[in-house]
Amino acid sequence: MNEGGKHKTTARKKSAVELAEHVVEIVSDSGEGAQKCGQSFASIAARMGNGIWTVEIIPAEIQPPARSVEGASGNRIRLGSGAITNGGDAADLVVAFNEHVLLGRLRDGELKPGCIILLESKWRTDRDPEISTLYATICNELVEGGYRVYEIPMETECLRLVTDARRGKNMFVLGLLCRIYSLDRALALEQVALTFAKKGESVIAPNQRLLEAGWGWAEENLDIRFSVPATPATEPRLVVNGNTALGLGVMASGMEVCAMYPITPATSASHYLSEVFQNVGGVVHQAEDEIAACAFAIGASYAGKCAVTITSGPGYSLKQEGIGLAVMAEIPLVVVNVQRGGPATGQPTKVEQGDLLSACFGSHGDAPKVVMAVSDIEDCFYSVITARKIAEMFNVVVVLLSDASLGTAQQPFPRPDFHEDWLAPPVDQSPVPEGVTPYDWNPKTGLARRFIPGQPNGMHTLTGLAHDSRSRIAYDPAVNQEGIRRRSLKLAALQKTLKTPPLFGDEKGELLVIGWGSTKGAIEEAVQRVRADGYSVSALHLKFLQPMASGIKEVLQGFERVMTVETNWCDDLEDELIDEENRRYSNLAWMLRARCLVDIDCWGEVKGQPIKPGRIEKAIRQRLR
Amino acid sequence: MVMSVSAPRCLQWSDREDYELEDYEAEVPRWCTGCGDLAILAAVQRLCRDEQLPLENLVFVSGIGCSSRFPHYMKTYGFHGLHGRALPVAEGIKLKRPDLHVFVNTGDGDCCSIGAAHWLHAIRYNMDMTVMLHDNEIYGLTKKQASPTSPKGLKSNTTPRGAYLEGLNPLATTLGVANVSFVAQAVDWAPAHLYEIISQAFHHKGLSFIRIVQRCPEFLPAHFDSFMQDPERLLLLTHEDGIPATPDLSRAYPQREVHDPSDINRAREIASLTDRIPIGILYRNEAAVCYEDVVGSDTLSTPKTVRTNLEAELDKFTVWPPSEEREGRG
Repeated sequence: MNEGGKHKTTARKKSAVELAEHVVEIVSDSGEGAQKCGQSFASIAARMGNGIWTVEIIPAEIQPPARSVEGASGNRIRLGSGAITNGGDAADLVVAFNEHVLLGRLRDGELKPGCIILLESKWRTDRDPEISTLYATICNELVEGGYRVYEIPMETECLRLVTDARRGKNMFVLGLLCRIYSLDRALALEQVALTFAKKGESVIAPNQRLLEAGWGWAEENLDIRFSVPATPATEPRLVVNGNTALGLGVMASGMEVCAMYPITPATSASHYLSEVFQNVGGVVHQAEDEIAACAFAIGASYAGKCAVTITSGPGYSLKQEGIGLAVMAEIPLVVVNVQRGGPATGQPTKVEQGDLLSACFGSHGDAPKVVMAVSDIEDCFYSVITARKIAEMFNVVVVLLSDASLGTAQQPFPRPDFHEDWLAPPVDQSPVPEGVTPYDWNPKTGLARRFIPGQPNGMHTLTGLAHDSRSRIAYDPAVNQEGIRRRSLKLAALQKTLKTPPLFGDEKGELLVIGWGSTKGAIEEAVQRVRADGYSVSALHLKFLQPMASGIKEVLQGFERVMTVETNWCDDLEDELIDEENRRYSNLAWMLRARCLVDIDCWGEVKGQPIKPGRIEKAIRQRLR
Repeated sequence: MVMSVSAPRCLQWSDREDYELEDYEAEVPRWCTGCGDLAILAAVQRLCRDEQLPLENLVFVSGIGCSSRFPHYMKTYGFHGLHGRALPVAEGIKLKRPDLHVFVNTGDGDCCSIGAAHWLHAIRYNMDMTVMLHDNEIYGLTKKQASPTSPKGLKSNTTPRGAYLEGLNPLATTLGVANVSFVAQAVDWAPAHLYEIISQAFHHKGLSFIRIVQRCPEFLPAHFDSFMQDPERLLLLTHEDGIPATPDLSRAYPQREVHDPSDINRAREIASLTDRIPIGILYRNEAAVCYEDVVGSDTLSTPKTVRTNLEAELDKFTVWPPSEEREGRG
């Protein structure tokens, strides 16, 4: 058993061990503030110039039972000297407010063998013998298992300063961590002031004292000290999670209407918009259901104000009929799907990339729509602007796929410079020239000018029925054929404007790994690791999934083998029943196989967690043998 | 931005000639001969003509069903969308376009069955629009299935032994929703009265809900005969704040009640009558809040407001490099 005090004599003199990067976790019961602690820690590191990526650790319930394995709530912060593109592999250091939440992380394989554990020690002397005995047993097992356990009297120390330690422990821990990682003390104090700015000086001051206490305690008692050298930033950077970036993107895109229905993990984007959207003349409409949210957005777009509806899997399923209507009637619409585990209710707080095929092919009949995926936090911001522009330029539905991991992850990116051309033009209310019809399809591109209510001479009845260029119901079979052709052509017209995505690595080699969405950072890190060992492996990441940029087939031909890595299901050929004829592939693999006629392999995991670079690395190495 | 372009446009079009009835008439309706929808269409076209409503500022939104073909027969903007979803589409249209007059035409299946959730919430949102429920108590377009308003015992293709349950009462249901602001009822065979109701509904600020009892000559030809043939079975609601009792109306409908449209309790009792069809304005509350007036803000979306407020938001999340720290964060 390592007692914190044991190292007292050496603690002060200990110089910091320099690291390229470290993965830190803070876990507590829900409501004990571990998330705030983690976010503050990340912000301080980011302000010092460190690369960071944060991952929220979220239990499924609002108030899970205290001291439970399932109840772990908190934050993972991966900090490094250079840019960090994903949450990394296992944790190097974990702070736990009780031993059960710690076991939760251990069970999930999130802790590196032998990692440092800073554990609240108050349970050792708990009045309930069951608790104290269990605590002691688990501590022993951890130490025997090779973990470096430091028991820290967090509560006792906090009670010297505040009466309710449950509400202050997180800032004490923040102080500990800032000292351990040699962060700037003044910056840390300032961060506390920023965190509690809304609550005023009476809250800021005690929290700053708690931070100082944590710092001091670590200085006195701990023999661990690291530094992750940072390159001080030279440009302003934004630190937000993916859903906030989405909300900022909606504001910056000139859209004025967001219609939504509460659904995890998408809702925080709408929470953010609800706070600020009205400052730019926008409205967040919380509809009575997902179907109504979609229909409302379609109504607003039809009336000239391109709208967005933000949802997740089950809501996305419910919107299918509405999406089909927007496709049929050629009304611009942006649909954001922050994917979670499925089908049905699935895993609401967990990540999965299982909705690509339903995004591309959902809704009955032939319903061509544009599908884009965001791959990092910065992308969440800019993609909304692009999506709105494409929606209005081509009068199409644009589905933007994010996921639970990006929605809650933070990664700094250069502060955007606002451009007025991000915004939508004013609603066209000019008279429609004689002879122009509501769907005056360009014979080559399928594009047509859209008439907006209020425009003289533009009167017509838009319909979800098959219709001709005058928006009249098609009773003639040739009219339906022509309408479908025109709508399909629009995707080809867009596709002609898309550039082949750049390769990560060389143009030729043994293996190409293809991904889409939030896996980008992890895939590229894994590829980099095997490349460092001399293997000729490259990575390709797709932003446009439908239509797909040209030139992809040519890229694939430079490699002996091609595989996708996705956070969705694919059958394993090792399974007894599975063979080439019945194997179900990952979403993107299906699409690429069909489009490129290449025998594309796939690997994926659906454990509700972002796929770790180490797991991808292993899958790659297996295929290299 | 809508406002800034509509002003010169109004000037440009102010010299146009008066609108005639045929200006509002599109193609010949494909409804059956004797269909009650025809009476509703005629009343609406008359209203538009009488109010001289510019064609381009009118939007008729519908769902799916016989009634929902309505927009195709108006030479205005129309939105013939999805089964049950006319109301949320209409709400989206109205939200940012106060300059447009929005009408919704929906049927008993469209409104009271597949779109029932939207119906209740639309009443509560109380956005400024005129909603006409074409209620013939049967599904027509799909060929004679029981609808939620079909009376108990009604034989249809899905209830060959008679409908199992009492029909849903659209008036009573609507009058049970918080923030309801206008509820009226009319019958298709009393065109002058129907016109009056639609006109008052149009002038009401908020969502005006009109249930129009409507005949289906194809599938329930004799369904309302007893009411048509016996004027005693209609109850004419009159009031100085509603439809006044004109000599013509009084002659046609001997059964009358002076009903104050601000009296919601009596309105609910009237709505629950089973032996007679009440016609008139059951309830009106001009003070009910309109959602579009309270959601969002008065800020207009202009490049300047977006720039200013977006920059302020970005500031909140910006980590400034050390040298710019003081300068940037003031």
